[in-house]
Amino acid sequence: MDTVLRISGLQKSFTLHQQGGVTIPVFNGLTASISSGEAVAVTGPSGRGKSSLLKLVYGTYRASHGAIEVRHEGSWKDIVSSAPHEVLEIRKKSIGYVTQFLRVIPRVPAEMIVAEPLLERGMDEDKALDRARGLLSRLGIQERLWHLSPMTFSGGEQQRVNIARGFAAQFPILLLDEPTASLDAQNRERVLDLIAEARKGGSAIVAVFHDAAERQRACSREISLT
Amino acid sequence: MSPLLSAQGIGKTYGTRTGCRDISFELHAGEVLAIVGESGSGKTTLLRCLSGHIEPTVGRVSYRMRDGRVLCLTDMSEAERRLLMRTDWGFVHQDAREGLRMGVSAGANVGERLMAVGARHYGNIRAAAEDWLARVEIPGERVDDSPWAYSGGMRQRLQIARNLVTEPRLVFMDEPTGGLDVSVQARLLDLIRGLVRRLNLAAIVVTHDLAVARLLSSRMMVMQQGQVIETGLTDQVLEDPQAPYTQLLVSSVLQV
Repeated sequence: MDTVLRISGLQKSFTLHQQGGVTIPVFNGLTASISSGEAVAVTGPSGRGKSSLLKLVYGTYRASHGAIEVRHEGSWKDIVSSAPHEVLEIRKKSIGYVTQFLRVIPRVPAEMIVAEPLLERGMDEDKALDRARGLLSRLGIQERLWHLSPMTFSGGEQQRVNIARGFAAQFPILLLDEPTASLDAQNRERVLDLIAEARKGGSAIVAVFHDAAERQRACSREISLT
Repeated sequence: MSPLLSAQGIGKTYGTRTGCRDISFELHAGEVLAIVGESGSGKTTLLRCLSGHIEPTVGRVSYRMRDGRVLCLTDMSEAERRLLMRTDWGFVHQDAREGLRMGVSAGANVGERLMAVGARHYGNIRAAAEDWLARVEIPGERVDDSPWAYSGGMRQRLQIARNLVTEPRLVFMDEPTGGLDVSVQARLLDLIRGLVRRLNLAAIVVTHDLAVARLLSSRMMVMQQGQVIETGLTDQVLEDPQAPYTQLLVSSVLQV
């Protein structure tokens, strides 16, 4: 399968100016490469930088050194050195990211939150909402909730809205941060199915899973942070 | 595609006092840039320089016109600059009274911008005005009311309609939700987000509220004492702030 993500010589440290300028090193020369159709689990003890790695790939954290190259519209783009508007373009088309918690926006209904990545790509609103509703219903969100802002949803419902949003646009690279953490057994199964389908569709997945059994079911190999 | 707006070395001094200095950046079509910082950091001065309301002491602002020509703001004739401000640009003031004509009806406030660009057919102007009032969620029966009879939130939505009716490509906003109740603020933010996406608007939004910046913008510029101390994608600046002042700003936000 084709490589779609190449991380080389990645270094990252945080300097906390408000706390005496202490520096916390996180990565010192990480190298990895990931192909389409595979799912890679990021593993390691708590606080070792599993979520940080996803944030670095998405460009939310700025790498101190190294390159994070993604396959974008047929060519390689380095997230670390790309201009902000280029990173936004790459996010729109090539990298999706399901965060641990949904960022709720007041007044915006659940179906709209899910459809947004599709609308940003210029998809027709009816079509985007169709796909959004399909995913919400697959993830067991009742139809009467689709028109409501997830503000008042339970933690599990919010997380399922978040997952639906992540899978809506069928990104070539998909980053998942504990996608099953706050879900019951049935919904966990549904998410694992979505992951398997996305892989079949050619997506490359980089995921953090708390649960070892789920990790083994969803992923084909590991990047171990020790 | 070349940037829509580009600022090179913008500075503004008032005698010996510095408003802002040495500011350069590029803004592309459809991008929303938030300028954040505390009061007195030079945000509004910069916005006014960029939008042609005041002339910078040094530096250049250039803009890509609809026909593709890239023109420097200071090289334009007064008439060209006025036309640009009335058609391709919008400016949303914090105080809606500054951006509206309070002496005429809500409908006329919207229709007037169209007339300024040559619309003459009354029926069409009225229809466009009503359409825009509906898009900013102002009920049709309020179209003939004076803005004096509107609430603060409605006035702000009216001001937005007035600015967007000419289908500008770039909108400048100075604390667009400042001074509004939080519930009204949420509605306005949602409205602005929707319009920005549907119309592929570029916007430069000055705000001291990081939550507003997070909701509206894709990029952020942090100002302190007249200078830009940090720039980046909005999530980058908020989640991985580099400068000591930005770290202080981000860590000072109260959690609800």
